[in-house]
Amino acid sequence: MAKIIDDETIENVCILAKLSLTDEAKEKAKQDMQKMLDYVEKLDELDTDGVEPLSHIFGDENVFREDVVTNGDNREAMLMNAPKEKEGQYQVPKTIG
Amino acid sequence: MELETMTALELAKKIRQRQVKVSDGVKEVFDQIEKKEGKVHAYLDIYKKDALARAKEVEKGIMDGTYTGPLAGVPIAVKDNICIKGKKTTCASKILENFVPQYNAEVIDRLEKAGMIIIGKTNMDEFAMGSTTETSAYGVTRNPWNLEHVPGGSSGGSCAAVAAGEAYLALGSDTGGSIRQPSSFCGVTGIKPTYGTVSRYGLVAYASSLDQIGPVGKDVADCAALLEVIAGHDPKDSTSLDRKDLDFSKSIEEKKLLGMKFGVPKEFLAKGLDPEVKEAFMDTLKVLTSQGAIVEFFAVETMEYMIPAYYIIASAEASSNLERFDGVKYGYRAAEYEGLHDMYKKTRTEGFGEEVKRRIMLGSFVLSSGYYDAYYLKALRTKALIKQEFDRAFDKYDVILAPAAPYTAPKIGESLKDPLAMYLGDIYTVAVNLCGLPGITVPCGQDKAGMPIGVQMIGNCFGEHKILRAAAAYEAERGVFPTPLKGGREA
Amino acid sequence: MKQYETVIGLEVHVELATKTKIFCGCSTEFGGAPNTHTCPVCTGMPGSLPVLNRQVVEFALKAGIAANCQINQYCKFDRKNYFYPDNPQNYQISQLYLPICHDGWVEIETSAGKKKVRIHEMHMEEDAGKLIHDEWEDCSLVDYNRSGVPLIEIVSEPDMRSSEEVIAYLEKLRCMMQYLGVSDCKLQEGSMRADVNLSVREVGSETFGTRTEMKNLNSFKAIARAIEGERERQIELIEEGRAVVQETRRWDDNKESSHAMRSKEDAKDYRYFPDPDLPPIHISDAWIDEIRSSQPELREEKQLRYQQEFELPAYDAGILTESRHLSELFEEVANLCGSPKKAANWFMGEVLRLTKDKGLDVEKVSFTPEHLSDLIQMVEKKEVSAQNAKKVFEKVFDEDIEPVSYIEEHGLKIVEDTGLLNDTLQKIMDENPGPLEELLGGKEKVFGFFVGKMMRELKGKASPDAVREAIVKEVEKRKNQ
Repeated sequence: MAKIIDDETIENVCILAKLSLTDEAKEKAKQDMQKMLDYVEKLDELDTDGVEPLSHIFGDENVFREDVVTNGDNREAMLMNAPKEKEGQYQVPKTIG
Repeated sequence: MELETMTALELAKKIRQRQVKVSDGVKEVFDQIEKKEGKVHAYLDIYKKDALARAKEVEKGIMDGTYTGPLAGVPIAVKDNICIKGKKTTCASKILENFVPQYNAEVIDRLEKAGMIIIGKTNMDEFAMGSTTETSAYGVTRNPWNLEHVPGGSSGGSCAAVAAGEAYLALGSDTGGSIRQPSSFCGVTGIKPTYGTVSRYGLVAYASSLDQIGPVGKDVADCAALLEVIAGHDPKDSTSLDRKDLDFSKSIEEKKLLGMKFGVPKEFLAKGLDPEVKEAFMDTLKVLTSQGAIVEFFAVETMEYMIPAYYIIASAEASSNLERFDGVKYGYRAAEYEGLHDMYKKTRTEGFGEEVKRRIMLGSFVLSSGYYDAYYLKALRTKALIKQEFDRAFDKYDVILAPAAPYTAPKIGESLKDPLAMYLGDIYTVAVNLCGLPGITVPCGQDKAGMPIGVQMIGNCFGEHKILRAAAAYEAERGVFPTPLKGGREA
Repeated sequence: MKQYETVIGLEVHVELATKTKIFCGCSTEFGGAPNTHTCPVCTGMPGSLPVLNRQVVEFALKAGIAANCQINQYCKFDRKNYFYPDNPQNYQISQLYLPICHDGWVEIETSAGKKKVRIHEMHMEEDAGKLIHDEWEDCSLVDYNRSGVPLIEIVSEPDMRSSEEVIAYLEKLRCMMQYLGVSDCKLQEGSMRADVNLSVREVGSETFGTRTEMKNLNSFKAIARAIEGERERQIELIEEGRAVVQETRRWDDNKESSHAMRSKEDAKDYRYFPDPDLPPIHISDAWIDEIRSSQPELREEKQLRYQQEFELPAYDAGILTESRHLSELFEEVANLCGSPKKAANWFMGEVLRLTKDKGLDVEKVSFTPEHLSDLIQMVEKKEVSAQNAKKVFEKVFDEDIEPVSYIEEHGLKIVEDTGLLNDTLQKIMDENPGPLEELLGGKEKVFGFFVGKMMRELKGKASPDAVREAIVKEVEKRKNQ
């Protein structure tokens, strides 16, 4: 039996993913996710005991960069796309209570 | 020979021989855009002025020996999830509607060094999530073969542009089939390279462990030449490989199928495959065997687990990769909000489309506390088993053959109603990404309505040479594939 | 009344002293104008990718080896997902499943004696940017200069029982990191930060109580106060029959109290998973051996060596090795002047006194070792008086003046010139006929009067011995006349 997706699960997922759905959209999301999870439940049939999870296809060799400064002052370019900017900084709603 | 029907390599050759000017090729592309773009909508942004100016520069560069490569002077379209400095890069999403990167993707630098001319950015499924290009926030792209049909996706704009003659070549990206499936739907050729062959630097990530940029073109030779241009080690991408075997154009010089061993996963031909697609596929096998190739069927036991594993892994990575779109540093920010978290939520809810939200939610769920082992780790273990199965197959076969998609291009508006059904359409393509393998789609037929059908040739890791050789040999045997411009079967 | 025991574990973040950030070529230099040390990678631009700084791995290994850790020779980076504006990607690249180092220990010493504190793990991660509050517009501003600065997080087992042990542990770590050259560990600049996990239980109890985590601790004093405050708060709750809630609390050092950092939006579910952008790291035996063999001498070894080689008392050796920087300065002076004991006396005395008087950070003490060595040798050769040498040293300490020429130029050199000595003595005797008579009459008391006069007049240019000898000779001479 796959996990049952209830309102609480959707609420929690919305907190994690930073989304705010209308009740209608939530209901749709619940159904879609339920359908998908019922489908992927198929994986339970497969015996994966003792199989190492494969996160990286390659990676036998170390990939490093040397500790050398290569970047200069890019402030202007970095801030060019900021929706709100002030004095060379990104402006966001108040974070501290 | 008309400019319109030339391949990219033919155009470049004429340019080198001074029979055609660089600007002629560029103008030809803009003529086609003028004629068809209103109907096809392959592009999100077109750089006419820049391209014509660049054409002059390249013309000079070819004269003075700056650009000597086989694709110098060729106009190319770029999928809109690849960053070009100073050009809008939207990923077909509202959340990046005004994003202008201040850096080039590595592939863009490589195109420029090769003397190619970028003519615009192509439409796609939003953040490459989709199989039809219908999830774009900026309108659907229509299939040039029949405007009522989708071009496939997510690189639908790139494939439609090449099919319509609105570009000689294009760059796409492939996370679960996003080059190979639309290539099949649009009757063009497309390659998903071995993971790590082409730098991902500057490609806006969907699922980092699966994403690869690849070429889309009119034929195998064009794709091989473009792959040679964009492939190569990039120290800015830690997953980029330092391969020494990047002379892809060379591997198609010898068009020989004799003795090559092809394997066909027999489960791929069972339920769900459209009879007309199956027929075209079986015809392809006949062509191969007639040329002395050995074709065998073999069992793939993990087939049913490919889509589940793929969607868990891809969604999990996507949920994390797309967290950065939050209205703080770039892109869309909601107009009104109360406080930080409300700003995040409104920005993302308004900025992302339905399919993207669906995958972000699924991905957040499968990584969340209590479900990580059951879903995410299970999927990584399944991926390991799928990989093992392909490893065993490549002990026996040079190339694995598969359809590129279970059906030809569906009509616009049919696919998004049932997301799961749409996901199932990726059945022949996702394993290639999960295992890091290279794959190429070559047109192999048309259905009764005239819509193109493609065959997929899959190689072992680093096996581009074998699939290119097989594809080129098959292509030569198949003969010229029609284009939607002419319509009908010419061969 | 019941007796309670405090159980404390620490998560210490140490900023590594690399030149560049962990995943990009931006400078880590402290104090640049906002966002001037940023690039697409450390501002989380779409399409940017991380590439690991080798030096970060080296430093993490150095720290792990020094803290007696096991090394995960196959380790990976994981993404820790949470939304906050100081974190440009909204995930932090860290290590959860396979941290680079684990299961180590360090030894601390408190008034109660020596004790081992076990290290659960040490992992590499990236630092976040800085948020400042803008009072004018009631919003916050983000500066990503610190975003991507490499950190190691050192997680201890819950082995500490008092703030004294906690401070000793932190000092131990700080000293170790400084000796290794891995971090400067400045609490004020945030290059060393600690989160305190604390619970209380009845003395004799085998099980742990519910713990809280306290953040925002930026000085040893604040840490000590926070521990006392939290211990009292938890005991009070228990005594009142209420439960301690497992939560993160923010310590306000001005109010000397903490408050819970709770929010509906903080799901506390970080959804860690292996970062697909960063391939795994393989640490070979050869690499570990190389680092092991290049580890610098740590404080304990150095302390012992000072006792044996330099024959210094344990206490002095302890003080001199507290800072690697100071110990290196000391050793250079000791070697140059050839007398470790004398050099030690100067450091224990003058160097530390001036550092303290001037309110200077011991890490900032800087002068040319030759200068102090020359001074020590001049005192030794009686070329300058001890009193003058100390005055000259202050100049060395402050301005790093060259003492030999300074002493010459300021006429502080002790003269072997008996002419000057005798002339001065004649003059003083002439000016003081009364005391002279008494001296010649055998009154020993006035001897000191003449010595004092002479010394003042000569301003240290002659040693007291020479002055005494001159007076004795003159008295003999006059008596015999």
